[in-house]
Amino acid sequence: MTEAELYDAFTEVIRDVFDDDTIVVGPETTAEDVEGWDSQAHVMLIVATEQRFGVRFRASEFESLRNVGEFVALIATKLTSR
Amino acid sequence: MLSWLPEHPDLGRALSGARAIADPMDRLRAAVRLAGHDRDVVATGRVDRLAGDGLRGGGPDGIAANGLSPLRIAVLSSHTVDHLIPAIRVAGLNHRMALSIHVGAYGLYRQALLNGDPELADFAPQLVVLALDMAAVLPGLPLGTSQDEVEAAVAAAVEDLRLLWRQIRARYGAQPVQQTLVDPSPSLFGSFDGLVPASPASLCARLNAAIRSAAREDGALLLDVDWQLPPRWGEAERVDPVRWHQAKQLVNPTFAPLYGDLVARVAAALAGRSRKCLVLDLDNTVWGGVVGDDGVEGIRLGQGSAEGEAFLAFQRYAARLAERGVILAVCSKNDDAVARAAFDQHPEMALRHSDIACFVANWTDKATNLREIARRINIGTDSLVFVDDNPAERALVRRELPEVAVPELPDDVSYYAARIAQAGYFEAASLTGDDLSRSRSYAANAQRAAAMETATDMDGYLRSLEMRLTVREIGPIDRPRAAQLINKSNQFNLTTRRRTEQELEALLKDPSALGYGFRLSDRFGDNGLISVILARPDAAWPDDDLLIDTWLMSCRVLGRGVEAAALATLAKAAIRRGAAALIGEYRPSGRNGMVASHYERLGFSPVETPSGAAADARFWRLPLAGADLPTPFIAVELIQ
Repeated sequence: MTEAELYDAFTEVIRDVFDDDTIVVGPETTAEDVEGWDSQAHVMLIVATEQRFGVRFRASEFESLRNVGEFVALIATKLTSR
Repeated sequence: MLSWLPEHPDLGRALSGARAIADPMDRLRAAVRLAGHDRDVVATGRVDRLAGDGLRGGGPDGIAANGLSPLRIAVLSSHTVDHLIPAIRVAGLNHRMALSIHVGAYGLYRQALLNGDPELADFAPQLVVLALDMAAVLPGLPLGTSQDEVEAAVAAAVEDLRLLWRQIRARYGAQPVQQTLVDPSPSLFGSFDGLVPASPASLCARLNAAIRSAAREDGALLLDVDWQLPPRWGEAERVDPVRWHQAKQLVNPTFAPLYGDLVARVAAALAGRSRKCLVLDLDNTVWGGVVGDDGVEGIRLGQGSAEGEAFLAFQRYAARLAERGVILAVCSKNDDAVARAAFDQHPEMALRHSDIACFVANWTDKATNLREIARRINIGTDSLVFVDDNPAERALVRRELPEVAVPELPDDVSYYAARIAQAGYFEAASLTGDDLSRSRSYAANAQRAAAMETATDMDGYLRSLEMRLTVREIGPIDRPRAAQLINKSNQFNLTTRRRTEQELEALLKDPSALGYGFRLSDRFGDNGLISVILARPDAAWPDDDLLIDTWLMSCRVLGRGVEAAALATLAKAAIRRGAAALIGEYRPSGRNGMVASHYERLGFSPVETPSGAAADARFWRLPLAGADLPTPFIAVELIQ
């Protein structure tokens, strides 16, 4: 999966979780930029991402994510180490 | 996860499309439709948002207009449940409920119940779900704790729960629903766990057993996640330790759609919206093969093959459902007589005629038949569950009757019973003696209702019988039974001419003679061969007249218009033979007075007795040209 494809797929996940097809994210996007991205939504986003990409995040991993760029990079790492 | 629900071809796109609908009630309608498909936790959340405005703003009328029953549920918990709430509401839609849900402040359930919570009082819950984890109910005991000490601790813990249940009733007037406990802790001893009274596994099992029996005594209901929520689903575990540590989510979010359905089932049961009737297809659903093609002896059912055993097991499951009060019905594309023959004649059938409150086997489309089944049993179509192995029939019923529950079925019948159980259509909120005798009473009611119609509306009664008259020229198959009738019938027998089977065969060899056997079936069953008519030219009458030599009928089917239908069939055949008229003959035998005016009733005109005829015989004539012979209420099928 190229980085562009990763972003497309992750954007789709975010749009589904927040039920908003207009959301556009980039590497610098943070939770503050997306309406409704609270701690509960964050868990749902993790769950949805795990389902979509068939990966599993460690408890320590998703707590330190600061923005979408780091999120996507983490997915990429998981996919390559599979 | 919701494997009994059909998959949507593109749920994501449908959800995006539905979100663009302007009217909230129309969005709610779309949400109800989409809630009926298999969906993961994310899609379920989207359905919930789609329904939200309509559910909140629709008011009682809007809710009712969508066929939904409103119910208020409070969830009081010791762990995080927010991720489960959308799934409860969406499952509610699929169970035709508009659920309002109040989530108590995290971990403050005890205060809310013992000291009162104005917000909760304001919400006025009708149902309070108490969702607690092990640690909240009974913190772990030292492993050396004796059996007696464990029992005492369990009793104290359950006594505490009962106090909370009483408070739910007293303070809020609501029905308590206790979630059973799931123990996320790994095994300590392996198989030896059960032999250590204070092991976490033993303790959890003991607590759940005590909770169940206390609930039985106190009239609390259970949300039995211990039994109903599978410990694993593919890779996922019921309790995901990551989510537990991350967010104190006891139930894995990926299990939310199923958890939500479990809650909604209990709510539906309380609101009287559980399904009531299981409607079964026959061929390849309750037995293997097609009885119409393979014959009763050719269907696969019962011991001797894995498949036959599996069908038998499914029948037994259906019979057990009937025992607990679920009404059974049959909806099959089959000749009625053929379908019933399997019930009557196949030695391995676990389902009996008497188990089936309404038996419909015909060639009408199944949606029409399901409406008819609901009408006859006097329940709504939204109380039906329709089980059919044929995906095309399932799709048709889903399209025509979206309110009927139509489970997706796995290819192998071995899984049918489990699939229906998983769907939770028949969740109960009580079990009474009435339930245990319901099926029988429904079957009786259907017959009683028909009998009642007889008194008030004969036409309606006859129509309701759905009679079918199958007419065949008497051949080798029917000849023995026809001869038997010819030699036995006394009352409805116009001429009482007795003939042996050989004489009958000889008579019918004459190409100018007509001999018909009539079989009548109706919704109560196949009456078999019930009437015989023999007609032939006779020297005493003009060449183009046919004399009805013999006309007899079983008295069991008197008063149903069978005679008129038989005459219409005979007349058609006679016309084809070029006959101009039918001659009716009545010879009194001392026992057949009931048919003395048979021909008059059928529109024949009296004629003179020809010379050479018996002195007491009387004759009638019916010209065939322009004869009007209606056969209301009976479908006639002439098989040449």
